[in-house]
Amino acid sequence: MRPTKLSTLACAAAAAAALSLAACGSSGSNSGSSAKPTLTYWASNQGTSLQDDQHVLAPQIAKFTKQTGIKVKVTVIPWTTLLTQITAATVSGKGPDVLNIGNTWSASLQATGAFLPFTSSVMNTIGGSSRFLAGSLSATGAAGQPPTAVPLYSTAYGLYYNKAEFAAAGISAPPATWSEFVTDAKKLTKGGHYGLTLEAGQIPENVHLAFELSQQQGGSFFDSAGKPTFDTPQNVAAVKQMIDFMQTDKIVNPSDAQYSKGTEALTDYATGKSAMVFWQTASGSLAKLGMKASDIGVAPLPLPDPMPAGGKKVTSMVAGINLAIFKDSKNLSAAEQFVKFMTSTPTQESLNHTYGSLPTVQAAYSDPAFNTPAVKTFRSILSTTAAPMPAVAAESQFETAVGTAIIHLYASAATGKTVTNAMIGQALSQAQQQLGG
Amino acid sequence: MHEPAWFRWVRVIVLTLLGLFAIAPVYVMLTASLKPLPDVEGAFRWIPSHLTFSPFIDMWQTIPLLTYLENSLIVCSVASVASVIVALLAAYAVSRYRFHGRQVFSITILSTQMFPGILFLLPLFVIFVNLSQDTGINLYGSRTGLIITYMTFTLPFAIWMLVAYLDTIPRELDEAATVDGTGPLGAFIRVVIPAAIPGIVAVGIYAFMTAWSEMLFASVLTNDSTRTLAVGLQGYATQNQVYWNQIMAASLTVSVPIVVGFLLLQRFLVAGMTAGSVK
Amino acid sequence: MVDTIRVEQGVTPSAPSSPPKRRWWRRGSLPYVLLIPAILLELLIHIVPMLAGVGISFLQLTLFYLRNWRAAPFAGFSNYAVAVNFSSATGQALLHSFTVTIIYTLIVLAGAWLFGMAAAVLTQRAFRGRGAVRTLFLIPYALPVFASVITWNFMLQRDTGMVNQLLLSLHLVGSRPFWLIGQDSFWSLVVVQLWRTWPFAFLILTAGLQSIPADLYEAASLDGAGILGQVRHVTLPLIRPVNRVLLLVLFLWTFNDFSVPFTLFGSAPPSQADIISIHIYENSFVSWNFGTGSAMSVLLLLFLLVVTLVYLALGRRGARHA
Repeated sequence: MRPTKLSTLACAAAAAAALSLAACGSSGSNSGSSAKPTLTYWASNQGTSLQDDQHVLAPQIAKFTKQTGIKVKVTVIPWTTLLTQITAATVSGKGPDVLNIGNTWSASLQATGAFLPFTSSVMNTIGGSSRFLAGSLSATGAAGQPPTAVPLYSTAYGLYYNKAEFAAAGISAPPATWSEFVTDAKKLTKGGHYGLTLEAGQIPENVHLAFELSQQQGGSFFDSAGKPTFDTPQNVAAVKQMIDFMQTDKIVNPSDAQYSKGTEALTDYATGKSAMVFWQTASGSLAKLGMKASDIGVAPLPLPDPMPAGGKKVTSMVAGINLAIFKDSKNLSAAEQFVKFMTSTPTQESLNHTYGSLPTVQAAYSDPAFNTPAVKTFRSILSTTAAPMPAVAAESQFETAVGTAIIHLYASAATGKTVTNAMIGQALSQAQQQLGG
Repeated sequence: MHEPAWFRWVRVIVLTLLGLFAIAPVYVMLTASLKPLPDVEGAFRWIPSHLTFSPFIDMWQTIPLLTYLENSLIVCSVASVASVIVALLAAYAVSRYRFHGRQVFSITILSTQMFPGILFLLPLFVIFVNLSQDTGINLYGSRTGLIITYMTFTLPFAIWMLVAYLDTIPRELDEAATVDGTGPLGAFIRVVIPAAIPGIVAVGIYAFMTAWSEMLFASVLTNDSTRTLAVGLQGYATQNQVYWNQIMAASLTVSVPIVVGFLLLQRFLVAGMTAGSVK
Repeated sequence: MVDTIRVEQGVTPSAPSSPPKRRWWRRGSLPYVLLIPAILLELLIHIVPMLAGVGISFLQLTLFYLRNWRAAPFAGFSNYAVAVNFSSATGQALLHSFTVTIIYTLIVLAGAWLFGMAAAVLTQRAFRGRGAVRTLFLIPYALPVFASVITWNFMLQRDTGMVNQLLLSLHLVGSRPFWLIGQDSFWSLVVVQLWRTWPFAFLILTAGLQSIPADLYEAASLDGAGILGQVRHVTLPLIRPVNRVLLLVLFLWTFNDFSVPFTLFGSAPPSQADIISIHIYENSFVSWNFGTGSAMSVLLLLFLLVVTLVYLALGRRGARHA
């Protein structure tokens, strides 16, 4: 009978489709019920490239697997997509077991409820909260709630300058004020070589510098009630100062407007294409990029002179990377073991030493590797002139909106448009509207 | 027919300019993929300082190309094969029968072609995520989910093209088979499908090619283990330290089979498309 | 049972539109059975998501509700109000993006048709190497978008790209311009999209030209028409039905295209090249407010529907008058 043929055909088609779907359905995280699960771990890009991070992490992961029998699949995610990918993971509930987050996003991501809260019992499983430095622990979530992340790497912004180039130009000390800074940078800018380099096409770098300069102007991006206040005159002045490095002072290569990968400005500094860069603790990367240790100088970012009314002596944000556990993880106890391992003193010493960042646990500082002049400079910046970014739920959206606005402003400046205060004000209020404010 | 000299000159000049425009990226892709790294880091060089095949070897380490390739192959093959099977059945019905709702069906199929993909992306994302929350069926980030979304554009296209193609197969063929005592379904399977093989293959390959280049859905609905070539390579070119010679080598590698397939099939495609458009 | 149905019964245009009820499911059921998989899939992938999309556009579906959208508060028309409030920043940005997209689409459309038509007419008569030229012209369309546009991205780099090298060596520019940020990024997008699109116009127009009978040209030639005259009096009028569909398809493709701008600029394009598909994408996946994103998509769909219907209606009237 014919109908059988039809149904045979239909069944065959359905079966074929089902088979192929089944065949390719086995993707994503391994949630096998075996005693030794495989963890998935999203690492942020801390080294000179994604591959570099894989190489740095591999021996530590191997050590962890040897100790516990738990395998870890590491994925290094570039900064350009890290926040989007993490947010997508929190929104969808499909994420890794353990992940790195920028510490400034802690409050935002905490508000999504997607991460495991480190209650005191969880803290005890990973070795207790008293091991951590208080300053680092302060940037792990909104006040009054159990943190949803623990500090992994601690960093701060500094002004990196090339000692050899400074000496050759007859400059004896790093600039302490912005006017000295611009004067020095102009001296160092000639013939395709620039005084300063900026990662001007990248969201986090732009927004961090804007925050620091705004603090110096006495500005703020959120008021005490947590409402966005992006387009205040102080914030406009801070962004104008950033743009003017390229537009008016001409101490930055316009090409930097396209630097978006999070490593390009540092590479320019390390390879002698420019004399200065504002960067977070970078001695590990600089060595890998081939810069002579004797050429590397670090100082706090300059300050305005005189200080504007209400201006704060802030030269850095409280920067760092936190480690979080996905609440939906099917391997919670393995994930906790991994967090414990990553924040243990030996791992902290090794990883922070390689990356040039600062350990977040007290015990690691007995290692002489963390008593170098550069580390001392950063520790003093962190303890005296660093301010935390706003710990509000809208923080990550603020970074994206304002960071993107500044990217476009740099693009305008680079392509010969004059960026005025009015344009900056408009861009910032547009960014503010994106947050629904 | 005589051609005035000016016409020949215009032809040579215009066709040369258009040809240079068309071929310039291919030239860059090909030469850059054979350049050593320093050649692509400084000012552009028209000719490689020396030829090297190492980008074609190194790229497999630098870029997770094998994973991307595997994902793209599976997703695109399943989506196009499934589309063609479903479309063939529907196209036979539309081409050979006048039935209630035929018009509505055809118009629906045609009109979904003009919808912006983002219109489907947002709800599909929400549906996938909530489905997983409610039932545990995980489509977000999976290849299966991507296959389903890819059918949003491969299926209507396949139906449209196959209706046009089946219309070109004379009905006398089916009728002769029915007179021989075979039912309409027998006629479909024994006569129409064999006669339509070239069209079926062309539509399948075209659907495959379209899926191969898709970026909107893949950029949102995939994760690191299910990322396709299109978004994987794009991501590599914009997010990482760029080894342009290796990116170009990878681009070239994934392009060659597609270009060859297209050039071999373009006759069928044009026939199908113009048949569809003239109606 | 199905044996009893004769194909010709179903095919006959004069088949009774409402056959006796008792036999209806037997006589006419085959086409419906054949359509079931397609209809089910259409429901699953198009109809349901589209309705869901319209539904979402009335919700305040933000980051915190995406995993449980039933809990999202009802927003009424407020998402639409935000999108079309052109005195607010969001509305202004949407309007700007819409305007940019329209201008870009029209330029690409005109260019693609012009290039495609020129190439089709010039390769209409046989000459040595015609096959090779035709194949060459199809390559941009055959290349996977991401591979070719990544290459364009490389070519348009300020310091390492081919385009600036060419312009410098021809002394057309003094200093290296930026092509991927700022004002010129618009033209980069137009050129790359044009590069990608015109071969399709060429392909379709070539096929259209082949269907024009050669004796029409001969007749025109006998009437004393030169090559230009033949193009004007024979080719252009006869190619009109093909043009009508081609231009609509090109318009919709170019307008809705995501891959080319996304590959060229990433998810945060310069505002001068802020194409609407990317704009909505960025709005939805950066702010994670799917409510406004969906409202914008629905508005976009309505716009495209109106354009298509008006275009088809005008075409029909034009055809009747002709």
